[in-house]
This record gives sequence, structure tokens and C-alpha cells, in this order.
Amino acid sequence: MSSELNNLTIAGALEGLAKKDFSAVELAQAHLRAMEKHRDLNAYIVETPEKALSMAKASDERRAKREKLGALDGISLAIKDLFCTDGVQTTAGSHILEGFKPPYESTVTANLWKAGAVMLGKVNMDEFAMGSSNLTSYFGGVGNPWRRRGDNKRLVPGGSSGGSASAVSARMALGATATDTGGSIRQPAAFTGTVGIKPTYGRCSRWGIVAFASSLDQAGPMARSVKDCAIMLGAMAGHDPKDSTSVDLPVSDYTKALTGDVRGLRVGIPKEYRLDGMSPEIEKLWHEGAEWLKKAGAEIKEVSLPHTKYALPTYYIIAPAEASSNLARYDGVRFGLRVPGESLDDMYEKTRAEGFGKEVRRRIMIGTYVLSAGYYDAYYLKAQRLRSLIARDFDIAFKDVDVILTPSTPSAAFAEGENTDDPIQMYLNDVFTVTANLVGLPGISVPGGLDSQGLPLGLQLIGRAFDEEALFRVGGVLESSANFTAKPAGY
Amino acid sequence: MSDEKNLIEGRTGMWEVILGLEVHAQVISEAKLFSGASTKFGADPNTQVSLVDAAFPGMLPVINKYCVEQAVRTGLGLKAEINLKSVFDRKNYFYADLPAGYQISQYSQPIVGKGTIVLDMAGGVKRHIGITRLHLEQDAGKSLHDQHPTKSYIDLNRSGVALMEIVSEPDLRSSEEAAAYLKKLRSILRYLGTCDGNMEEGSMRCDVNVSVRKVGDPLGTRCEIKNVNSIRYVQQAIEHEARRQIEILEEGGSIRQETRLYDPSKGETRSMRSKEQAHDYRYFPDPDLLPLVLDPNWVSEIKATLPELPDEKRARFISQYGLSDYDAGVLSGEKEIAEYYETVAKGRDPKLVANWVSSELFGQLNKVGKWITDSPVSADALGGLIDLIADNTISGRIAKDVFAAMFETGKPAKQIVEEKGLRQVTDTGAIDAAIDEIMAKNADKVAEYRGGKDKLLGFFVGQVMKATGGKANPALLNERLKAKLAG
Amino acid sequence: MSLDSKTVAHIAMLARIKVPEAELAALAKELSGIMTWIEQLNEVDTTGVEPMTGVLHRNLPQREDKITDGGYPDKILMNAPDAAHGFFTVPKVVE
Repeated sequence: MSSELNNLTIAGALEGLAKKDFSAVELAQAHLRAMEKHRDLNAYIVETPEKALSMAKASDERRAKREKLGALDGISLAIKDLFCTDGVQTTAGSHILEGFKPPYESTVTANLWKAGAVMLGKVNMDEFAMGSSNLTSYFGGVGNPWRRRGDNKRLVPGGSSGGSASAVSARMALGATATDTGGSIRQPAAFTGTVGIKPTYGRCSRWGIVAFASSLDQAGPMARSVKDCAIMLGAMAGHDPKDSTSVDLPVSDYTKALTGDVRGLRVGIPKEYRLDGMSPEIEKLWHEGAEWLKKAGAEIKEVSLPHTKYALPTYYIIAPAEASSNLARYDGVRFGLRVPGESLDDMYEKTRAEGFGKEVRRRIMIGTYVLSAGYYDAYYLKAQRLRSLIARDFDIAFKDVDVILTPSTPSAAFAEGENTDDPIQMYLNDVFTVTANLVGLPGISVPGGLDSQGLPLGLQLIGRAFDEEALFRVGGVLESSANFTAKPAGY
Repeated sequence: MSDEKNLIEGRTGMWEVILGLEVHAQVISEAKLFSGASTKFGADPNTQVSLVDAAFPGMLPVINKYCVEQAVRTGLGLKAEINLKSVFDRKNYFYADLPAGYQISQYSQPIVGKGTIVLDMAGGVKRHIGITRLHLEQDAGKSLHDQHPTKSYIDLNRSGVALMEIVSEPDLRSSEEAAAYLKKLRSILRYLGTCDGNMEEGSMRCDVNVSVRKVGDPLGTRCEIKNVNSIRYVQQAIEHEARRQIEILEEGGSIRQETRLYDPSKGETRSMRSKEQAHDYRYFPDPDLLPLVLDPNWVSEIKATLPELPDEKRARFISQYGLSDYDAGVLSGEKEIAEYYETVAKGRDPKLVANWVSSELFGQLNKVGKWITDSPVSADALGGLIDLIADNTISGRIAKDVFAAMFETGKPAKQIVEEKGLRQVTDTGAIDAAIDEIMAKNADKVAEYRGGKDKLLGFFVGQVMKATGGKANPALLNERLKAKLAG
Repeated sequence: MSLDSKTVAHIAMLARIKVPEAELAALAKELSGIMTWIEQLNEVDTTGVEPMTGVLHRNLPQREDKITDGGYPDKILMNAPDAAHGFFTVPKVVE
């Protein structure tokens, strides 16, 4: 029995814990065994078994003493290595932070622990969350538990939350925290047949999360069902006075949104997302998704988001610009790597050249360039104006519809070496997800089915600001309609 | 604009100096601009540092409302426009004491816009100096370069403390004007309670932009002298820098726009090596903060609580107390002096009090190098002394000795007068007796006086005063003496 | 926009990332490719469009002027690669 505990959903595990079918310690142990078994996936950078067991034990004691329990009491979770965890190494997947042990806990993870959750360890990610393959991690790539049918080639789990996706998909965690700056929750969720939601900007505190692009970054959960994500987000979200961009709005019980009733709801299909050369399988799934919702009583309407094609280049100005500034603090003085130098500047230059990987250096360079004298107006200001236009597109569309349905990604998971060397090709992975970040809207990716090679594909829903409930409601219907029960072989 | 006496004579003609000042004034607040760490000066290294101030990963700024209020108050005190919407930008550069690799500042949309400071120059000349802007920003930490042969030490206690950068228009024309500007600005800030103006502790720092030109020529290339930490050094640095530029130009050279450092021990400025690299601050709006939008009612509330500022106080001292423009200027120039003066002047002769404060008190304070707040003679004590003059207990002359004793011992005037028996003699009998004695001793002079030598009156007054130990009431003495001499 | 090696060297200096001389040309080519792709934004006329700096249309929250933080130099210094006597250290700076 206990060997299968890691196959449960969070909702299922909470039920089992409540019925005393098993203990939180047994639940954690099942995961620790799975983690050990699947170390080849390289999903975890740091495993924290002692912490996991002591937190689980504390949860069991609370339960035994009939103390008030949190929404995630006893639930074993993986934490993306972008979240600072008190006394536990936090690297953001970078050499430059290797060995860094924050003397503080991020607000989001602190909220989870307050809700009784159990930490299994810190999971791998693209360096500083920059990537869509997890290949940019200093601690190595992460394996996707899914394989193409009849092909044993290792595939990427997507990124930047590749470790979170792989851990959840391979049953090495019931759920995981993740972050999404351009698609880093939704794209890996789609690649691994899991559910991931990027809430509205301002919903989750960014305090204690290593910053990539401050105006785009947002934390969210990844799990194996829409309901599990609803439970997790409810615990993660909330106003934090330590983050000036955290909004003071009540967080509702998102599980209550899972009514299965979408009658009368208007679902927008943005015509501009029908890209040239889009895979027929993706297009087919998208169409299917719309049909499912229609069958459930929703109204399907075509909407126009005319500036869609400019979202990606806009993003590749704004995100690197902010990153170039956010990553200036990694200078070898107060924490992390220092490479000795003849002078202060020499020390800086050597430390940062050695400490940052290629993609991070590339983005810092782009960001520095677009902000530099003489180019600011042409690039940065231009991108901000485009951002306004993209936001306006959504404002207009949301006058007619309640949610927007799109594919999550333009393709299924790929293997290392397949287009991964061309930065622009890699950037295109985020083409469907990045708009939501630019305008701060919530987006969820739900598994829709398998492609002809047996790989999962995801459907994305984008909602109005702070209307995560609509995403859970519609996402729940997509989930039940798709009836996605496939599992990666061997997990 | 060019005032003859401000020009500098060079080999090739007369040169005009064009000066603009950028003052960094540390905001008086308990906590830092974007973190809850203390702003207190002089603590052990890195003890007043939050994770935010040290720019740890994932740390975020949250603005201190009181610092915003202080900036608005200062803007109002400078009669400047308050921008109801302002934006915080990041100024990006690498330096050892700048933990985040950027300073949160305000670039294109500062909290305060154009304002004015009026300078009172010698001879009653008033100069209106434009304020370009005032913005809020974070201070950096401190680098210590002399603690180790190969390392600089970094203390982040100051990192994140709120600063107001106050930028003047290039309206200043001499080192004296620059000094007057700094004194006036400091006085206004202290009146407002927004900055303590302490240049030694670095809570007010000054960058000076200097250029020179022949009268009537377009503006020349300027050099910026960074971080000058006293008004005297500002004057010296300007004098030196202007001469240096004139010499270069008269030799046919040209001025390179650069940042320079004033070395007070050598009395010269030199190019700053660390600032030589081309900098490009890559300002952009800080995405961790939203635009700062002020409620106009809140600004009005602050305005309603502004204290009376030096210019208004000076005008009132003239109209209310009948002081001269000069005395009013001296007594209103510093908040503490003005408070002292008004405490003493209340219910007393304001002109007499003005004299006592500006001559006797300042004289004694200067002698011992003390500031008015440390004066051993309090305002009430000085008032007590002046009351003794007014009620004829002592004469003005004796009062000066009493004051000196008060300053030395801290004792009240009354006590000193009693102890030393300095009470004025107003007893007619005692004075008459003294007069009789002097007249008897000097019968010859009495005869001369009576013979028409009026001038001898002074001699008799002096003698009688001497005989009474200076304590005789002068008016009474005069009256009695004249009567007796008249026979 | 095509970036030359000199520009890339300047950008690298501003970003304080050492780029070996020999790699400048290749990096310039790579960055130029990305910038050229980005420049498709020039197709869009953005005249009169307000730049958007963030997605939240809210006022900046402000905190009270209270000392609530600091006083833990050990935490501040514990991760430093070369702390001494309560200070961070860097190679000596000449001003």
C-alpha cells in the first residue's frame, strides 16, 4: 500500500491522512524512496529527507492531538530552487549561488509550511529561471519521465520549472512550487502531463523568491490535478506587506470553483494564436478543447488579440532589461561565488563570467544593451508601449469573453539537441504563454491528451485579472472531459 | 547676472564662474527609505542592516511614508512644485558599497520640481537661486580603504538611508554665493526638521559643478567636484577649481568634463580615477515599486503644519520687534538662535535683547567655540539678567560683568548680583555721603567747577562711581551731584 | 541592429562580465541575430501609446517609520566569501 502513496493526488492524500489510512511520515517516506529511485532524472538539486521526516512527524502529531490542521497538513511537496528556504541551499540553478544558505524563508514557502506542508527538497530549474528546457541549469538538465513511443531518447521536461514538473510527473512529489516569468509553469506542465497555474501578478508574494524579471515573475503551483493546484494556490497566495506589488485582496477557497458547471460561460478562441506551421496535432487538440467546453454548455467565440506576434520580442526586451539589473547583486561580495581578481572590477568580471552560465550571460548582455544610452527609447520604451497595446488587446477581448482558450505550447516535449542551440527557436517555446505575463493575467495549463508519439500536450486558459476561479472552473471541465489518465511508463 | 565684484581676473581678461550645487541631504527618520533598519549614526559595522539593505536574493523594497512626507515638507519649504505623481527608477552601476548593483532613485519624474532659495548677500543684496528639483533616493554603504593593505572594508549601515538630492540651477556666481546657498539651504532644512545638516557626519554632502567663461560667452565645460564635506572646503574647492580652469583656458587648452575630488590637505582638486570609466546608468522604472501618487489633501495638511521659515521670520523680526535688517538676519538665520531670541524677547525690550544676544552671548560663545544649544546661559537666565537692568537693580555696565560670571558659573544673575553685592545703590543718603566725601577731598576742583569749568562734572561722576564700587545708579548720581555742586 | 565587437565589449564592461577578446566577434553575431529578431517591433506604430511599466493600477503601499529590522550582523555576513572584523571585504579600491 505505502509504495503507492506517492501516486495519490493531494486531495486523495489529504483524505487518506484524515481517515488515518496512512501517516504523513509514511507519505513522505514513499516520496523519499521515489526520489532515490529516480535520481537519474536529476529533478532535485538538494534532497532534505530529515527535514521532510521531521515536518511530517510534526504533522502527524498535530493530527493525533486533534490540533487545528492546515490546508496541506502532511502533504509532501518539492520546492523550486528559486524560493529561498531558511538554512537550506538556494541556488536558482546557478553556480554563482552555489552554497548560498539564506537566513530567511520566502513568504510563499512560509505560507505552505504554515498550512502544514512537508518539504522534500529543492528542485532543479533553468538558471535564474531563464530557459524552457531546464538545460541551462548549472546542476545539469532534468529528465522528463515521458518518452516518445518506441524511442528511449531522454526528453526535456520544459522549463524553467523543469525540476518541479519532472518531480510531480514522476511521482517524486505530490505537488511543487514553481514560478512563471514567460511560461515557466505552464510550458513544463504541458510537457509533463501535469497541471500548472500562473496566478495573476500580485496574487502570490515575490518576497524571498530570487528575482528574474520583477514585473513578470509570479509564483504558482504544479500538481497532478486541477483541484490539487486549487488547494495549493489557496495556501500559497495572499497579501504580503513586504512586497509592494502584492495585492490586498481576499483569497477564496479555489476548490469551491470546481463546480463542473460552465454553462453560459463565454470562451474566447484568439485567431492570432493559429500560427503558421502549427502542428496539426496541437491544432486538433485545441479544437477538441473548444468542443468539450461547448458540449458542457459554454459559448465559444472567436476573439482577436492582434498584437500577439509581438509579445515574444517585447518580452525579450523587458525580461532581460529587468534581469540585467536584478542580477547585478551577484557580485562576489556578500554571498555566493567569488573569483579573486586584481581589482574590484576584475573580481566582478571574473566572478560573473564564471558564475553565470551562457544563457544568463546572454540575457544580461541583451538587457544591458537595451537600457544603455541611446538605445533605451528604441528598445525598452518601445517594448513598454507594445506592452500597453497587448494589454489593450486583452481588455477588449475580455469584454466579450470570460476566459481565453489556447494551446499551452507549440510542440510536445523535445530532446536535448533538438533546436536547443538556437536561442530564438528556444524562445519560441513561450509564444503562447508569454502574453499572460506581459499583462499580468492568470493562466493555467491542463493536460489535454497525448500526441501521436505518446507525449502529453497541454491546453491553456487565460483569465481576467484576479479571476483564478474561472480558470479552475473551466480547467476542471477540460480535465474531466480530456479524462487524461495516462502516466509516464515506469513511474 | 554678472556682478563686477564676482569676476576673477585672469591674464587675458575677466572670467565669470558658473556654479551649480547638488546637495545630498540625509532625511531625518527613524528607519531607512525602503527597509525597517535604523538610520542611527555611528553603530558597529553592519549592525543596522536588513536583508533588503544588503540586497539579498528575493528582497524587496517597501517605502517609508515618513520619508515621503519629509521630502514633501522640504519641497514646500523651498516654495517648490510638489509632483503628485513621481516614479522611482533604478540607477545601475557597480560599486563595492552599492549592494544591489543599482540605487533606487528618481530620474525623470522626481517628487519635487522647481523652487527657489533667496540669498541675503552683503550690502543687503538679495539673490534668487533656482532649485531645479528635489528627489528621494537611497544612500550607499561606506567603504573604508585604510584598514587593510590590499582590501577595502564595506559597512552597509548607511546603505538604504533616505537622501534628498537637491539640485540648484547654475545660478551661483562665486564661492561666497555657494557658501551662502549652503548655509541658507541648511538653515531651511533644519527649520523644517527634515535634515540635521551635519556635514561632518555626512548627513549633508555637496557636489559642486564648476565652469568658467568670459563674460557674455556661452557656458563652458563643467567639472563636478564630488562629496565636499564642509562649507569652507566648498569655497576652497571652487576657488581652486575656477583658477585651474582659467589657467588651462588661458594656455589655449580645453576643459575635460570629468569628476574631480577636492583634497583639503593639498588645497587642490584632482581627477577621480574610480569615476573615469564611462558610466551609463541605464535608468529604468523600478519594477518592484509602483508610481508614488500623493493625495493633494495630504500635501495641504503638511503645508498647514510648516513652521515659520527663516525668510518669513526675518521679516517678522523687523516688523514685530523693530530690528534692523542685519540683526533680524542674524537672529533668524538658525532655528535655535531665533527660538532663543524670542524666548528672551518675550515681554522685554526686543532691541535691547537683540543686542545682548548678538553681541554679549555670541561673543562669549565664539570665544569658547560653543553652539547656542550648549550655551551655559539659558534664554530664561539671560532674560533674568535683562530684567535686573530694567528694574534698575544693576546698571548696564555691571550687567556685562554679571553676564560673564553667569557664562562661567552657570549661576542665575540674581545670585551673582547678591553674592558679589553688585546691587545698584539707589539710596540717596549713601550717594550723598559719597558725593560729600569726594567734594571735601577735592575742594579745589569744586571751586574750579563753580567758577565755570563745567567739564569737571565727568571727573566727579567717575570719582563718586569709583567710590561706590560702580554700583551707584547713574541717573541718581548725576542728579544729586549736579545739585550739590551747584551749592 | 548589428552589434560590433567594440559595442559588445562595452556592454560586457557595463555588465561586469569578462568576455575574452577572442569570443567577442561570435557573441556580437549571436546578439545581433537576437536584436534583429526583436526589431520586428518596429513594424508597429506606437505613436501616442503610453509606456506600461507594470500591470498593477494601484497606489504604492507605504509603511510606517518604525525600526522593525536589522540588528543581525551575523546573518548579514554569514554567506560572505571574505568577511573580516564585521565588514565585507573587496579588493582595495583607489578613489
